Amino acid sequence: MSIYLPIAEMSVDVFLILLMGGGVGFLSGLFGVGGGFLMTPLLIFIGITPAVAVATEANQIVAASVSGVLAHMRRRNVDFKMGAVLTVGGFAGSSVGVIIFTALRDIGQVDLLVKVSYVIFLGIVGTLMLVESVRAIFRHRSGTATRGKLHQHTWLHGLPFKMRFRRSRLYISALLPLGIGFFVGILAAIMGVGGGFLMVPAMIYLLGMPTSVVVGTSLFQIIFVTANVTFLQAVNNQTVDVVLALLLLTGAVVGAQLGTKMSGKLRGEELRGLLALMVLGVCAKIGVELVATPEDLYSIDEVEGFGL
Amino acid sequence: MIRALITVLALFMALQLPADAARDDSLVADLSEDTIGISTGFTGASVLLFGATDGEGDVAIVVRAPNSSVVVRRKERIAGIWVNADELTFDDAPGFYHVAASRPLDDLLPKGILEANEIGVANIAFSPHDFLSDSDEEAFRAALVRNKQRAGLYSETTGDISFRGDRLFRTRLELPANVPTGQYDVSVYLIEDGSIVDWSSSSLVVEKVGFEAKLTEFAFEQAPLYGIIAILIALFAGWFAGFVFRKV
Repeated sequence: MSIYLPIAEMSVDVFLILLMGGGVGFLSGLFGVGGGFLMTPLLIFIGITPAVAVATEANQIVAASVSGVLAHMRRRNVDFKMGAVLTVGGFAGSSVGVIIFTALRDIGQVDLLVKVSYVIFLGIVGTLMLVESVRAIFRHRSGTATRGKLHQHTWLHGLPFKMRFRRSRLYISALLPLGIGFFVGILAAIMGVGGGFLMVPAMIYLLGMPTSVVVGTSLFQIIFVTANVTFLQAVNNQTVDVVLALLLLTGAVVGAQLGTKMSGKLRGEELRGLLALMVLGVCAKIGVELVATPEDLYSIDEVEGFGL
Repeated sequence: MIRALITVLALFMALQLPADAARDDSLVADLSEDTIGISTGFTGASVLLFGATDGEGDVAIVVRAPNSSVVVRRKERIAGIWVNADELTFDDAPGFYHVAASRPLDDLLPKGILEANEIGVANIAFSPHDFLSDSDEEAFRAALVRNKQRAGLYSETTGDISFRGDRLFRTRLELPANVPTGQYDVSVYLIEDGSIVDWSSSSLVVEKVGFEAKLTEFAFEQAPLYGIIAILIALFAGWFAGFVFRKV
């Protein structure tokens, strides 16, 4: 069954989109990530333009994060104050990201920007996660688990504007979460992702937040950042396809439930190891696209101003 | 001098639209539909074109969507990575272009007439924005056509026109699902002995209808409100999903 997407201006198979939503939803439920970093490249792969893919995926992530956050709120795993500070930074960052995106779209470099961002950030995060999880697996096997300090004190903790975050049991400078929110916000807008895969490690390793509140708080601020991206993309580029977003969402919701059930059967470090491999796989695929000689060296693009 | 005169004369004749060549209504043609609506289930459309001639002759049909500006970019390897480098913008690139002819175009008409009337994918008159060397411009022009062909937006068919007797002809015009919207021009040329004897032109409107049309109009004309509603839908869908699956 086909459906014509009004903004993407192409006809797609409904079941293919539902299946993609379901598959990515399953993985995001399994690993506790948003899945934007998988979905956006997939959408581009089936022929949706990067501009529409990035904007529509932001819209879909809003919904995915809301349903995730509700579950975490029930378990009181959201640090609202920290989330609010991250959101302020994220709002500014994602606004800057959309401006960069629009400017580069006009000079024909948006593909390059999206792909290079993917390779760099998926590469770094994937490698770190893989190393960490392999270590954890070996440590688990040899049974010599060691407990470090809660968090280490560095120059980052000497910054001004200190704030107390009760749920996270932290007393740190507000500049730190503001900066992290800003930086991740830029990338969220450019890459069409929620940014959880960057936000979660940053919260654990840079802010020193307890792992229990990390995912819920990250999801909480992702709602606002992706909502901001959705709004700005709709206004600046008219590239948000709500029909596509709804289809993806429907599949993702069901998939995520199955994935969450599955995740109970695997150990944390094994899950992280598998996720790392998947992240590195996407990174390698996009990396190859950047260096392999393209089939056609020439590409075409409509010049703006001929909408409707 | 005489040669120059002949060239000018030939050019002049070539540029004369067949309108004032023997226009004696020796050709009539029409489409089975004059509007194509793009709705939710749209997967492309097929329009029947039929007509009659007053005798022998070949027929060429050109379907053309409104023009737009298209930028063609060429990738170059920089530090091991393929990056868009040079670019050339062309105006007057039809969003969709299809030619159906009863015989190969080069057998029907001389190059000059094909070019003057933009009959044939190779004869579309794109106008480049910048001046490049001839070979470069040709490469960009070819790339534009090649990319449009790959997307199924530019095409040529030969021999797909069926004739009944000498007088009646018909053919199906296929429009793919990714056709641009707008008012298309469908021109039919009657060709005899290397010249256009008569021609007729009709228009075909391709437009989004119903829900698709309303949504697109909304997205473009009230972009901020569209953005807010997109967010509200997502918020509600997320809340609803969370609510439903809590009970399960």
